[in-house]
Amino acid sequence: MLGYIIRRILWAPVLLFFAALFVFVMGEFAPGDPIEVALGQSYTEERAERLRENRGLNQPVPVRFIKYIGNAVKLDFGESFSRPDRSVWELLAPKLKVSGQLFLAGISISIIFGLPLGYYAASKQGQWIDPAIVGSTLFLMAIPVFFTGPLLILIFGVNLGWLPVGGWDGLFSTRIILPALVTGIPGIAGLVRMMRASTLEVLGQDYIRTARSKGLAESVVSRRHVARNALIPVLTILGFAIAGLFSGSLITELIFGIPGVASFALDALFARDFPVITTLALIGAGMLVTVNLLIDILYAAIDPRITYD
Amino acid sequence: MVTTAADTNDGPPVVEERSRSPFRLAMGRLVRKKIAVIAMVILFILYFTGIFAPLIANHDPNKINLRISQEGPSSEHFFGTDRAGRDLFSRAVYGIRTTVIITMVGLLTGSLFLGVTLGLLTGYFQGIFDAFVMRVGELVSAFPDILLIILLAATLRPRIVDFVRNIEDWTGIDGLVSSGAADFFVISVALLPLSWFGMMRLVRGQVLTLRTMPYVEAANAIGVSTPRLMFTHLLPNTMFPIIVSASSGLGAIAGSEVILSFIGIGIQPPHPSIGRMIADVTFQGGGLVSVLRNHPEQLLTPILIVFAFILCWNLLGDALNDAFNPRTR
Repeated sequence: MLGYIIRRILWAPVLLFFAALFVFVMGEFAPGDPIEVALGQSYTEERAERLRENRGLNQPVPVRFIKYIGNAVKLDFGESFSRPDRSVWELLAPKLKVSGQLFLAGISISIIFGLPLGYYAASKQGQWIDPAIVGSTLFLMAIPVFFTGPLLILIFGVNLGWLPVGGWDGLFSTRIILPALVTGIPGIAGLVRMMRASTLEVLGQDYIRTARSKGLAESVVSRRHVARNALIPVLTILGFAIAGLFSGSLITELIFGIPGVASFALDALFARDFPVITTLALIGAGMLVTVNLLIDILYAAIDPRITYD
Repeated sequence: MVTTAADTNDGPPVVEERSRSPFRLAMGRLVRKKIAVIAMVILFILYFTGIFAPLIANHDPNKINLRISQEGPSSEHFFGTDRAGRDLFSRAVYGIRTTVIITMVGLLTGSLFLGVTLGLLTGYFQGIFDAFVMRVGELVSAFPDILLIILLAATLRPRIVDFVRNIEDWTGIDGLVSSGAADFFVISVALLPLSWFGMMRLVRGQVLTLRTMPYVEAANAIGVSTPRLMFTHLLPNTMFPIIVSASSGLGAIAGSEVILSFIGIGIQPPHPSIGRMIADVTFQGGGLVSVLRNHPEQLLTPILIVFAFILCWNLLGDALNDAFNPRTR
């Protein structure tokens, strides 16, 4: 097990190195000369040459890539094209904080509702409630965020007037409730399906029958034997589930006018601000790889049977 | 997944069924499911509409006529008109065409061509090539989908548009850029990472198990050539999972195309697309709430279409899975 964990930990930086290489190459490939953009009206050959010299853009590509990696480790991703006075990280950090909070709230909602509901559906197998829950998850998965967003705004914001319909006030305000719900709903559907399948699998195992036959109370069996074991396989797919909620979260930000990464990324896209776009992709990869690494380690720690050889 | 008592009633295999191929048996099970048939009919209507868009639309989807702005549904404008007085029915029909083209191109290039070919090759030959392709796949899936798509679309679009312009100059063919051909190409390339890796892993896994089967050994022993072994012996036996995965995958591709057009990096205006229609309503001056109150059909039309694409492909994928594996529900 230790060997597995060590290998995973060593592999993650390698993966990120190649992610950085890919992003760097795409940035090189992107049209537009950063120097031209930086100088704007005051562009002359001479000045451009001097600036290139200053920024080390005259050096060969491999040298610049190594520098890029060295700086990226220190969270220095260079300067934004459209705001040359500010570094990319300086611009991005506050947006990442906002998006991160919304995303976290959304995932929490998926987990809080999805896991118990999936467990409940499995325990009611053979009754009408189980296919009803499973059938409705198919609908929930297909409903686009464009629809749940406006629908919830209409019901809770406009008709009932219970909740504010837009803007941003941090994690602990009523403004986050609707967007977090919209982000979390597709995740609920996915987790219900996984948790249900996994619970059914566990319920059919011999050790559950043993636990029951030795006279344990049903509540003890379901809590200690069923739920715990059913959670293990769900944990492994949690990483994918999290990645899958990401695009919905970005769209939600746009619908609710939340000042997060989404609107920032689109502005950068239309301004052809490539350093910002490549940095976003790289940070996204960094987070996803880290989350998956943590899940893998956790998984190996929880389930001693896992060796992966 | 939605199973009813009816489909567990298959009973023991009847004698006459023995003469039919597994594929036809599975299709027989499929058409006995009501939900699958409904999904297939809706998909057929959507794809028919997309392919024959110019014959079905009764107005120019881009014709602005401010005199009939924001009209409700009528016999002249089936779904009403938007703020600029464009006919929503015709816009929807042409929008469907965009999604139809992207899903078909995505299916053929990403899932079927790249995914299946690479899966067959890596599963059969293994070794360095296999390891390399798998690592590339891991690298691609290290990025959040949407950020990778944005990165690809952003960096590729200007290059590809330039390239297509050059072709225009060079060959003297006009209108390639304005026809949106470049856009379609950009989006198809940007969506590739979404579709190929899953399909490739699936086929590779299947081939890895099939390789050890006695019939493959036998084919090898009598000197069947490698391409023939792959395409006539291995490929047909991986067909069922391929079909199931392609069906569910198409829903995801349709959804991504709409998201791309929604955030403005998909098919560029004036070409109608479903995502563009949703964005028109969501981001327009008066605000989402007032549109929802006064003209809900402007938002409901495009949203129901995306919903239908995703839901029907998912339902069909589920039903196909049940039909191909009747025992493992």
